[in-house]
Amino acid sequence: MTSPTRVVTLRIDDREVSAREDETILQVARDNEIFIPTLCCLEGLSTWGACRLCLVEVSGSNKLLAACATRVAQDLEVKTNTPRILAYRRTILELLFSERNHVCSVCVANGECELQNLAQRCGVDHIRVSYRYPELSLDLSNDLFRLDPNRCILCTRCVRVCDEIEGAHTWDVMGRGIDCQVITDLKAPWGESKSCTSCGKCVHVCPTGALSQRGTAIAEVHHHRDFLPYLTQMRGERD
Amino acid sequence: MCPQTVRNEAPSDDKRWKIINATMRRNGDDSHALIETLHSVQETFGYLDDVALSYVAKSLRTPLSRVYGVATFYHFFTLKPQGEHSCVVCTGTACHIKGAQALLSAIKGSFGVAPGETTADNKLSVISARCIGSCGLAPAVVIDGNVMGNLSPQTLVARVEREIG
Ligand code: SF4
Ligand code: SF4
Ligand code: FES
Ligand code: FES
Repeated sequence: MTSPTRVVTLRIDDREVSAREDETILQVARDNEIFIPTLCCLEGLSTWGACRLCLVEVSGSNKLLAACATRVAQDLEVKTNTPRILAYRRTILELLFSERNHVCSVCVANGECELQNLAQRCGVDHIRVSYRYPELSLDLSNDLFRLDPNRCILCTRCVRVCDEIEGAHTWDVMGRGIDCQVITDLKAPWGESKSCTSCGKCVHVCPTGALSQRGTAIAEVHHHRDFLPYLTQMRGERD
Repeated sequence: MCPQTVRNEAPSDDKRWKIINATMRRNGDDSHALIETLHSVQETFGYLDDVALSYVAKSLRTPLSRVYGVATFYHFFTLKPQGEHSCVVCTGTACHIKGAQALLSAIKGSFGVAPGETTADNKLSVISARCIGSCGLAPAVVIDGNVMGNLSPQTLVARVEREIG
């Protein structure tokens, strides 16, 4: 039998909060309506911890820690909005914009893009580094969906939802460093992928306009994500 | 669950598949053997093509895209047939500072190939790598498995010319 989960108290931005000891700093912050930006994290999927937007300062560590991947502890002191963190957040967002081609005004996800929303919320009004302008071609081989790698931020939500929820594992990331890209199967055109079931889950979890339904025009993307916590719960109950 | 029979036959009757099968079997056909199996394919066939990658993926019950991700993550693996001779130019930090870029330009100038490419006569493949662990020799190059250091563009070109005859 598992022992009952303990409740701990900690401070986030000088607010006293209580939490179950198996919760992450991010969960507790959200429960208490304390804002921490995230991009790779999505409820219902495994923790990836790669976008680093959720970095926070934690007492007893001079490294910044990812709130989505760090458990709470008794008497922990967490700071989510020190000048250092705000500066890092802005820089991370700027680097994401500079890596690919994010032309929001002509993007299908304009208005419903998590990257764009966070940039607004975190006060990114200009990019201090130069844009890389990579030349990446669209994959239009699938009858239902399209991939525009120019908008991809490599959050791997598509990889995880396809693997963990759909069970197809059509997507993965190829290459390394700045040359990384999401691919389907052996980098086959998506429409020729043998593993894809065309369920559309990846399209709905994508935070940007990288994955979208065919036929959606500029600013027409709408994400439906209720299926995710639902499916995770249903599967969990079967174990 | 309904029973599933997975019979997986080698892509061709090329005897070399037996070596690959042995590697996989030694590891219980487990997906953890992926990297070791890809090494085995690389050493046996000289490169990893789609046929080999699909076969390994199926045999180890590993998604195709994951296999491709691993194969493209490590510089050691190549997806295209390699030339008779190989020249790996290190572009790690130390070598970069000591002029790795000039070495690559010289190779491109003399043999017309950039990293990842093989000459039309199939004599030479040029590869770049990030730090080969010989920073003291920067800029370092590995020609046919032999590490060479402190190279000027001219000596490198002369050396490669001698190798490929
Ligand atoms: S449509 Fe479904 S099966 Fe196909 S890649 Fe997306 S999540 Fe995977
Ligand atoms: S395609 Fe979308 S979901 Fe997939 S890694 Fe790129 S941004 Fe994330
Ligand atoms: S949300 Fe925590 S690292 Fe991406
Ligand atoms: S940087 Fe070239 S060997 Fe280390």
